[in-house]
Amino acid sequence: MKRIAFAVAAGVLFGLGLAVSGMTNPDKVLNFLDPAGQWDPSLALVMGGALAVSVPGFAWLRRRGRTLANEALPAPPSSRLDARLLVGSALFGIGWGIAGYCPGPALANLTHAAEAIVFVIALLAGSRLARLLPAPANR
Amino acid sequence: MPTAFTPVSALIGGALIGLAATLLFATLGRIAGISGIVTAAVEQESERGWRIGFLLGLILAAGLWLAASGVAPRTGFPLPWLIAAGLLVGFGTRLGSGCTSGHGICGLSRLSRRSLVAVLVFMGFGALTVYVLRHVIGGIA
Repeated sequence: MKRIAFAVAAGVLFGLGLAVSGMTNPDKVLNFLDPAGQWDPSLALVMGGALAVSVPGFAWLRRRGRTLANEALPAPPSSRLDARLLVGSALFGIGWGIAGYCPGPALANLTHAAEAIVFVIALLAGSRLARLLPAPANR
Repeated sequence: MPTAFTPVSALIGGALIGLAATLLFATLGRIAGISGIVTAAVEQESERGWRIGFLLGLILAAGLWLAASGVAPRTGFPLPWLIAAGLLVGFGTRLGSGCTSGHGICGLSRLSRRSLVAVLVFMGFGALTVYVLRHVIGGIA
């Protein structure tokens, strides 16, 4: 129950952050990705503001080695670069550049923009399709 | 459509997102990667409770803020392009194990080389796509 309460609190903060920062507006995202047009650098400051909190926060937790509930933290991320990472990120970038939605802002728009409902259904279908690919050789 | 550069609200909103990611990692030891959380919430029964809680918190908090702020949603974006974009984002984030939040915020905070590469690749391809659609073909958005 406590775990769920923390998750709800994190979700509320995340959703507020997306809405306050304007990242729920797909035009703002597309204009960030368009330095040759009417460039809007806001997204870079959203990332910067997030990392200014999370980089020291994660560093502190890494040193601590445990969560606040004294559970083990996940193992450090792998550093292996593979084709799945590169091709997947490239396809994600193309989709992001078409509509201006990545998963967070699309969900944040679910009660606000009708198009977000269509987008999220397509996103879940696309994710299902990716599961049909053979599993990675060794991880 | 042109948008104004909004540095103050961008930094404040960004800090809230960073706080959210840190909170989830500190309390549950989980990565706030939205693509992974939403897919797992739909497809897996185990650990569903916290994922649903996180998503409902996100959807309702952002929805209330947007409703109160009175901004108009985008309308009239072509449906075939919207569906193609959703399919690509869902397929690509599953294959590449993360999106803007998982790789861009949590991964970079964990100093992951994979995440740094992922961010550079999706930002590069995003910008390339916008360039082609707006300045070469010219038209959809």
